[in-house]
Amino acid sequence: MPAIELVDVSRVYQKYSAKHRFQTFKSAIVGGDIFRSLRPEELVTAVDGVSLTVEKGETFGVIGENGSGKSTLLKLVAGIAKPTSGRLKVAGKISALIELGAGFHPEITGRENVFINGIMLGLTKKEITRKFNDIIAFAELEDFIDAPVKTYSSGMYMRLGFSIAINVNPEILLVDEVLAVGDAAFVPRCLDRIDDFRRRKKTILFVSHDLTTVAKICDRVAWMKNGKIQMLGEPKRVVDAYLQDVAAKQEEEFQERRKASAPALEAAAGPVHDASPASEEEARAKRWGKREIEIRKVTLRNLRGEEKHVFHPEEGMVVEMDVAAREPIKDFVFGIGIFNSLGVFCYGTNTNLEDLEPVSISGEGRVGCRIERLNLVNGTYYLDVATHKRDGYPYDYHRSLYTFYVSSLLRDEGIARLEHRWEFSPAIRFKTPEK
Amino acid sequence: MARLFKNLKELFKYRVLIQNLVSRELKARYRGTVLGFLWSFFNPLLLMVVYTIVFGFILKPRDPSIGASPWSYALFLFCGILPWVWFSSSSIESANVLMIHGNLIKKILFPAEILPVVTVTSNFIHFSFGLPILLIFLVIFGKPLTVYALLLPVVIVVQFVFSLGFSFLLSALTVHFRDIKDILGNLLTFWFFSTPIVYSFQSDPIQKAPAIKTLLSLNPMTHVIEAYHYCLFYGRLFHWKRLGLTLLIALVMFVIGYAIFDRLRDSFPEEV
Repeated sequence: MPAIELVDVSRVYQKYSAKHRFQTFKSAIVGGDIFRSLRPEELVTAVDGVSLTVEKGETFGVIGENGSGKSTLLKLVAGIAKPTSGRLKVAGKISALIELGAGFHPEITGRENVFINGIMLGLTKKEITRKFNDIIAFAELEDFIDAPVKTYSSGMYMRLGFSIAINVNPEILLVDEVLAVGDAAFVPRCLDRIDDFRRRKKTILFVSHDLTTVAKICDRVAWMKNGKIQMLGEPKRVVDAYLQDVAAKQEEEFQERRKASAPALEAAAGPVHDASPASEEEARAKRWGKREIEIRKVTLRNLRGEEKHVFHPEEGMVVEMDVAAREPIKDFVFGIGIFNSLGVFCYGTNTNLEDLEPVSISGEGRVGCRIERLNLVNGTYYLDVATHKRDGYPYDYHRSLYTFYVSSLLRDEGIARLEHRWEFSPAIRFKTPEK
Repeated sequence: MARLFKNLKELFKYRVLIQNLVSRELKARYRGTVLGFLWSFFNPLLLMVVYTIVFGFILKPRDPSIGASPWSYALFLFCGILPWVWFSSSSIESANVLMIHGNLIKKILFPAEILPVVTVTSNFIHFSFGLPILLIFLVIFGKPLTVYALLLPVVIVVQFVFSLGFSFLLSALTVHFRDIKDILGNLLTFWFFSTPIVYSFQSDPIQKAPAIKTLLSLNPMTHVIEAYHYCLFYGRLFHWKRLGLTLLIALVMFVIGYAIFDRLRDSFPEEV
């Protein structure tokens, strides 16, 4: 029997214009019909015809960008918002970890708030009295429970809120991004509790941006986009598809930005003598050299040859330079340099450092630098490309004129990923990953 | 109508929550004050002192229905001001209540109509704190209680229904028209003087001017406050026909107020 069932559920929000906000009661009366002025001027469809079945005992994840309708979906299931159309059935007691401590009153004590908040969440007074010690123990607030809530730190506030909500002991638990604010010690304990729920075969609807956790704990995942379910199924597959979509979108944004900054780039990339004095100076900071050999165009591709700006490490990267020599030249070097957003020089190499002896270049040509695995951590990177003499005399030097982005599921830190493997002696044991 | 009853039944299920929220409201209001809940009594008392000085001692009313003594006038005032403060505080607070508790409406499953109910109820509790003190004053200053004081709950019910209906209306409309709060202050001042609180409905100038008498009779609060005067100050039976009609009007107010509240309900989470 399904715990949550949605059939073609939509939720339309009314958007009142700015004009409406400043409207006064007087003008509504003078203008005539009160209800006419209460009519919304624009409608926003937050959830658009979603059909979904969550089985009892299932941990179901929902991912998607901000504004894709995840939270609205959760509010619909929680009953906070009513569907505009469609059918929604929920079987069992719900507890929603949407906004922790939403009903706390700052002036009264933590103890009194536990009771009122508990009742709001559907507990009886007796149940709260019974669970009271558990609640404050989990929140680690034994010493502060009789102080007014206004004296609490935001962490204490959140812990108490979480602790009450989790102790409601629901059949269905709704979790919305609440773990994002906890401290390093509290979040694992919250996840423990959620794990505990899973073991006891309770239904969990989990909304998060933390894709790693989603992929790890969920049985199925739905990816929402523009209020619709874009994809639903096995967690890893859905998360991957979502990441690819995000990457494609970032790619688009890069293109847009490149178009927007095209004039400046052109000034930098174009012939030196054509540029106006102001941009010439700017240009000189980004590009210099007499261009006996000119780098006319730089293209970033993955190993399959597709032009890209957002790369997964496994995709690899090819830096492709279209070059042209004004006259035959015998002394030349091609090089690249990669910088991260903090300006740290992550990696650089050139043909000379790798002992490639130049022989000759004449006319137009193409240089490619093929990186089989792009072992950089997540982030934005800037690329230098250059051609110069072996003694360093520049022909054409491009300074940070190109950007790319590395996006990966792994969360390692630093600058580059060193290929590695963990090894443990038999006395040290880790859980084998479930999937 | 069927929907109204269904929702009221729903509301009844939340009585424990209402009860807790009311007690929270009472605790929170005077937390940190020296006199605590005594303020529920001092506020109307101070108001009464001011009016007694101005109207009793400076203007010296010679209204035979009240009595010539300034003390008698003070008691008369107190009988009217106490319930009026209940009504006006409920109204003013209701105008704000949905905005103040916006995150409840937005973030958790919470029937919004609880909020005006809590407001009116907690102000009723303040009223009932003041009531025994009023009764003691009446006895001390020579207005002994009669059996008609036992009819007080009837008057209270009429006021409760009317006040609740008005609060539903105000709280829902203020979400969309924020300036109701400002209008309300003036409206209540006007309303206060249109209700026989500082003067008696039985006084000659009113009884002899049919136009004013009719006008005042159209104000439901006139009959409510009059009934308080009859129960406590005069010690006689109130005009039960007038009060009955007022109850009817109060019920109409309640149904209209609730209907508008219910109709605007879905816009609350976005607008508060």
